Amino acid sequence: MTKKPFSQHVDLDMFIPATDAEKEYMVQMRPSSTFFKDGVKRLLKNKVATVCFFIIVLITLAAIFIPMFWPYSYDQMLGITPGRPVDPSYNNLGAFEYGSTEQERIDAGEKVFPHIFGTDSSGRDYFIRVVYGTRISLAVGFFASIIVLIIGMTVGSIAGYCGGKVDLIIMRIVDMIYSLPDMLMVILLAAVLQVSGLDKAIEGTVLEKIGANIISLFIVFALLYWVSMSRLIRGQILSLREQEYVLAARATGAKGSWIVRKHLIPNSISVVIISTALQIPNAIFTESYLSFLGLGVNAPMPSLGSLASDALNGLTSYPMRLVIPAIVISLIVLSLNLFGDGLRDAFDPKLNS
Amino acid sequence: MAENMDRPLIEVKDLKQYFNINTGVFKTRPLKAVDGVSFDIKKGETLGLVGESGCGKTTVGRSILHLYEPTSGEVWYNGTKVEGKAAIKNFRTKATMVFQDPYSSLNPRMTVADIIGEPLDVHRMCSNKKEREERILELMDHVGLNSEHASRYAHEFSGGQRQRIGIARALAVNPDFIVCDEPVSALDVSIQAQVINMFDELQDKLGLTYLFIAHDLLVVRHISDRIAVMYLGHIVELADAAEIYERPLHPYSKSLMSAVPVPDPKIARANKRIVLTGDIPSPLNAPSGCAFRTRCPYATDACAQAVPEFKEASTGHFVACHRVGEIN
Repeated sequence: MTKKPFSQHVDLDMFIPATDAEKEYMVQMRPSSTFFKDGVKRLLKNKVATVCFFIIVLITLAAIFIPMFWPYSYDQMLGITPGRPVDPSYNNLGAFEYGSTEQERIDAGEKVFPHIFGTDSSGRDYFIRVVYGTRISLAVGFFASIIVLIIGMTVGSIAGYCGGKVDLIIMRIVDMIYSLPDMLMVILLAAVLQVSGLDKAIEGTVLEKIGANIISLFIVFALLYWVSMSRLIRGQILSLREQEYVLAARATGAKGSWIVRKHLIPNSISVVIISTALQIPNAIFTESYLSFLGLGVNAPMPSLGSLASDALNGLTSYPMRLVIPAIVISLIVLSLNLFGDGLRDAFDPKLNS
Repeated sequence: MAENMDRPLIEVKDLKQYFNINTGVFKTRPLKAVDGVSFDIKKGETLGLVGESGCGKTTVGRSILHLYEPTSGEVWYNGTKVEGKAAIKNFRTKATMVFQDPYSSLNPRMTVADIIGEPLDVHRMCSNKKEREERILELMDHVGLNSEHASRYAHEFSGGQRQRIGIARALAVNPDFIVCDEPVSALDVSIQAQVINMFDELQDKLGLTYLFIAHDLLVVRHISDRIAVMYLGHIVELADAAEIYERPLHPYSKSLMSAVPVPDPKIARANKRIVLTGDIPSPLNAPSGCAFRTRCPYATDACAQAVPEFKEASTGHFVACHRVGEIN
């Protein structure tokens, strides 16, 4: 081909077709990455959230495993030995102090496990009581959130997917529940459940130890706190069900339950996880101040709130007894909140665009 | 099957699809998206459906598949009426759909294998995992996707590849009939050609029948055997593809065909463009009589009185116009 002067035509001889190997080289896809992997990657970049996550894991593991090998138990009054008068030297010990008989054993060369936080006014090891209190608080937080999640997700997805009259009725019920003062409801329910014999019903079961108040707390969570979760999920599903892939699933003949399970919930799961993570500290907080008011766990089972409440009596002499559970509550709630925020930053697709 | 040989695969009879629009508290008005549409599609044929945006093309496609419950009218598949739950469920394994937007029509949380396999799972068409996997790989091969891509997510693909995934999903249940709802309008021109040719090849290979909805007249002309022109919920003209481009009878089709870009400037300059005045009226208050009369240069008082009949002007060439004899 002769090239005309000033022609813009490119000399074709300058080009040679690529070989298969070269073509292969050009086509490079990065390793398949799921939404979840991407989210975790972003989460790990967030230092605050990562540290908080480790604090939560540490506290949780401690709450689970420490009572297994700790030589003292939460309800053991160290000054009381059967057949002998009460030994008051065990009451109100400071950190790393010992009772009289323990001191004798140490003098005799024996090793005695120290009371890290001392003991309380009944001579119970305070450290293990704090650990048990943490255990109760965490358990309440997690289980209450799971109850909220299950109920909220079911109701929310039904309202969102069915729409129309079903949605209208469910949402008006939600509005009604929203308008109830929740603290009043907790207190009333705890009272009603006690009157109606919940105490007797749980007698002799594992539930007896934690007490009717905590059970009623769970029931209140189940009855009241799911509304915000269900509103959130309904909103998500309302917007997701207009997506074309939902129409595509309907065109293949998929039923409503299939579409909700396979398309709508997986696509709203990040929002759900985040709000569940933020629900946990909320529940812990509620439990703590209910216990503080004396509506929480039954004695002698401690919770962080009831420990703080008990410490109020000797506040001037033993301020540490209030400070320790307060710090633990703050640490748990703060870590969970910051971790929840980190989760939201990492997983909410609307924020990272 | 023998007696059905001459019957069209799909028959649509006087299909109407109204949506109730809230115009105030407790007040609704019907929006006549599709208002009495009838046509047949023969086996192995491609019927192109063209019209401007908002004329009800997509609604026709979706109503045929019963994605909306049609207000009235019938859809017949292979000589049997599609009516009732069982028939619709069965129909869904025979008629599928390819969607316009390859981005929003694929679930971002599902792998390609799961997207393509979803119809198989819904209809329990595979007895075990191995069979399902083989079927998925076969489908991916049909549409020119690499089998390594099966475990990837939709967002990792280009528009053309995503549309191929959508097509593979439509093919999964081994359908006879596919509604293609503007399947190439979201793609680049170069990719459009690939995908269109793939539709052609699949039709030859699998004996498919298409209802091809589009607004790109050149694309429709390339792929269709017959073409129907829609305006405001009505089909105004239906004829063979070549016929409708050479001799459009309805004034709307004339204007539409004159707007087809010609890739030769000399011919393009010689052609006169018929430009319509005004906008398409809202389907909420459609004009009386002939829907097109408000923009028709030939409209008379008679056009406002009665809805024109959809009748055969010459063999296989249907048109709905009162004055079809006078103006041509």
